[in-house]
Order: sequence, then C-alpha cells, then structure tokens
Amino acid sequence: MGYTIHYNGKDYDCGDTETVLDALLRHGESVPYSCKAGVCHSCLMQALKGQPTEASQAGLKETLKQRNFFLPCSCVPQVDMTVALAGEAELHHVSAEVIDKTPLNAHIMRVRLRPEGEFSYHAGQFVNFFRDESVVRSYSLASVPALEDFLELHVQRLPGGQLSPWIHDQLAVGDKVMLSEALGDCFYTRGDPAQPLLFIGTGSGLAPLYGIVRDALQQGHRGPIYLYHGTRSREEIYLVDELRELAAAHDNVHYQPCLSREEAAGFAHGRANEIALERHPDLKGWRAYLCGNPNMVEASKKKIFLAGAALGDIFADAFVHS
Amino acid sequence: MSQSLYEQIGGEAAVNAAVDIFYRKVLSDERINGFFEGVDMDKQAAKQKAFLTMAFGGPHNYTGKDMREGHAHLVARGLDDSHFDAVMENLAATLKELNVPDQLIAEAAAIAESTRNDVLGR
Repeated sequence: MGYTIHYNGKDYDCGDTETVLDALLRHGESVPYSCKAGVCHSCLMQALKGQPTEASQAGLKETLKQRNFFLPCSCVPQVDMTVALAGEAELHHVSAEVIDKTPLNAHIMRVRLRPEGEFSYHAGQFVNFFRDESVVRSYSLASVPALEDFLELHVQRLPGGQLSPWIHDQLAVGDKVMLSEALGDCFYTRGDPAQPLLFIGTGSGLAPLYGIVRDALQQGHRGPIYLYHGTRSREEIYLVDELRELAAAHDNVHYQPCLSREEAAGFAHGRANEIALERHPDLKGWRAYLCGNPNMVEASKKKIFLAGAALGDIFADAFVHS
Repeated sequence: MSQSLYEQIGGEAAVNAAVDIFYRKVLSDERINGFFEGVDMDKQAAKQKAFLTMAFGGPHNYTGKDMREGHAHLVARGLDDSHFDAVMENLAATLKELNVPDQLIAEAAAIAESTRNDVLGR
C-alpha cells in the first residue's frame, strides 16, 4: 500500500519499502541528490505535515531536526507527508570562483576555488559541488584552512559521470560554481598529541588525508603519522614528490606509496590496506583515518578495530571516490 | 533505597567501556561472526550499546516485538540456541574483563537471558 507524498502541489504514491526520494524521482520530479545514503545531505527537505522517520534525521543538527527537516533518501514514510525542498537558509550554499585547474596525473584534476565570503571548514570534510540545480556530487577538501586561503579538490575523471568529465573538460578558471557548506566528521581533532595516527587511502581518497595529515602537523601533532596511499599503477598514483618532501621535513611522518599491480623502486607492491595492517598488527591506542574504495574502507575498518583501535578512534569517509 | 544494577555496574560510562570490548569479542568469535558480515559497524555498535544498556538494567525501550522483528532475518539464516549461548559467553567475559563482581554479572546475564525466546522467534 504505502503512503502519499504531497510535493510541489501534487500527490504521489510511495511504495511501502520505497524512500521519499525514490518515489519523487520515479514520478519524474527533479530533486537534487548525490549519495542516496544519508551522508551528503544534498537532498535535504522539510516535512510540513507528517513526522519524518528517526533514521532520516540521524546526523542532522538539532535545530534542523526540531523543525522537521529530514533526508528523503533515508525516509521510508510511516505516515502521509507533505514535503518541500530546504531553502537557502538551511543549505548555506556559497558561490566560489575557480582560481586554478592543474592535472595531478592523467585522471585526477586539482581544482582550487576561492569562496566568496566566510567559509569555515576542517581539512578532510567534504562539500557538495553543484553543476546546476540537480546535478551535484560530493568532493573532499584537501586544503588546510590555517595554511591556505583556497579550497582544494582532487577530482577523478569518471568516464560517463555527470560531473567529473564536465569539471575536467568544461569548467574554466574564472568560472563561478555553487558549493554547500563543509560537512562530515572525518577530520583531525585535538586529543593526545603523541597518539600514533594511521592513514590509509586509495585513489583520489588521498585528498582528505592529504589535508588531515597537514592539519594535524599544523596543530602540533607529535606522535608518529603513517600514511599509506595505494593505486593500481604508477600512472595512477599522485602527489608522490609532495608527500616525500613532507615526510623528509617531519621526523614523525612516514609515507608509503603502494602499487597493487606493478612493481617499482620506491613503491611497496600490494594493496595499501593490507601492507599497512601487516606492518602495524597491534593498533591499540591508535587513531585511524580511511578513505577511498568503499570495500577497502569497510574491510579495513573492521580489521583495524579487531587489531585493537577503539571504534571512536576510527574515522572513515563514506564516499565512493574512484 | 539500594542502588540499581545499572548504577552499581557504573551507568553509561560502563556501557561505553563495554561496547568496544564486547563487540570485538563478538566479531572475533568464529561461531557467530558470520552473522555480522557486511553489517555497518557504526550502526551495529549503536545496537550493541542499546543491548548492553538493557542487560545492565539501564533505560531502554526494547520490546519483545522489536527483538523478534530485529532478529527474524538471522533466525531465517539459522540463528539458534548455540549462537545465543555464544553471545551470553561474550557478555560474561566482557564484564569479567571490566572487573564487574560475579553477583552483578549474574544479574546482567539473567536480564539478557530473558530475551532468548523473543530473539530466537519462539
């Protein structure tokens, strides 16, 4: 049976296991969305009638919850609902100017943006990047607010993708784009400055880690920092020189690039997560940051926990980056 | 008035300390970890916390119906008494590791035990 969703002056049926977002898309409504997993918040809506489910409000700020904002991608309605897209006041969109576009390798474009007006964030958080009102994707921030006055994204070209080919081929320096506020919980927080930190990233999942490592150092982290970055081949790995320099400049920073399908001098042969876990079998008391291939992230999260790290010390970025 | 079991064990702080230990034991236990394959760890940890809070006699809003519905897909995959026993063992070992006195461990175990038929859908 299911319930009725009233949106944009029309009534739509919603299947009994269907989310509000899926129902609206099925009926041909244009709603901005990206992750469909309750992470990116780009589909944020307000329920004008009918209580949204608890699951669809998890992770929202208290102030938004109280006003019945919810994520339609995570809401299988339990009552009839009247819903509306969130307004600018809730979404905190900002305009930003493209100030630099530099290829980091054949697949990854470094894009630097200067937001117009105040923009506060932590290195490692992500922004939703709008091509227009409905095409939006999330990208992690590789820049560090205390070190840089621009936002840096590493955009991997996804052939057939809606946004990345456009960023690679069409977007030009001087263009203005719309971004959401910075979101996400994967960033450096001050705790014990001597705590060992483990970073594992694959592909352009390096972006947030590059930001977080430099942010940790900038905030005075003294404990050992191990960064394992993995790709399949030499052609896909990037920022190698920059990271080697960073490691050379800081005694506590250890950087290991890993190639899973190629052997080369200076690179470990194998998967970054497996090499890291092999070298650090006991992670009791460690903090870990993971980003990249979702299967790698999920598997590593579990292994790192079983190797002794507390759940609250494992930070993972939930996006598909490759 | 005497302290409740929840207060004697140490309240929310005790639950927080127990979650990591308990969940690590469960995930390492070959008898039952197959049921946790592919499960989102953060969501699962939140459920473990709710379970431990209940077993410690703390505030919870579990009903027998929730227990049945929440485990029905696992019962369909073969969840039985042996698996329930394994969880009970891990619970007792966790509390032991946290130096909880035997008398309180027995009380917590009795609360967890009272959910057996609902969990196993009987």
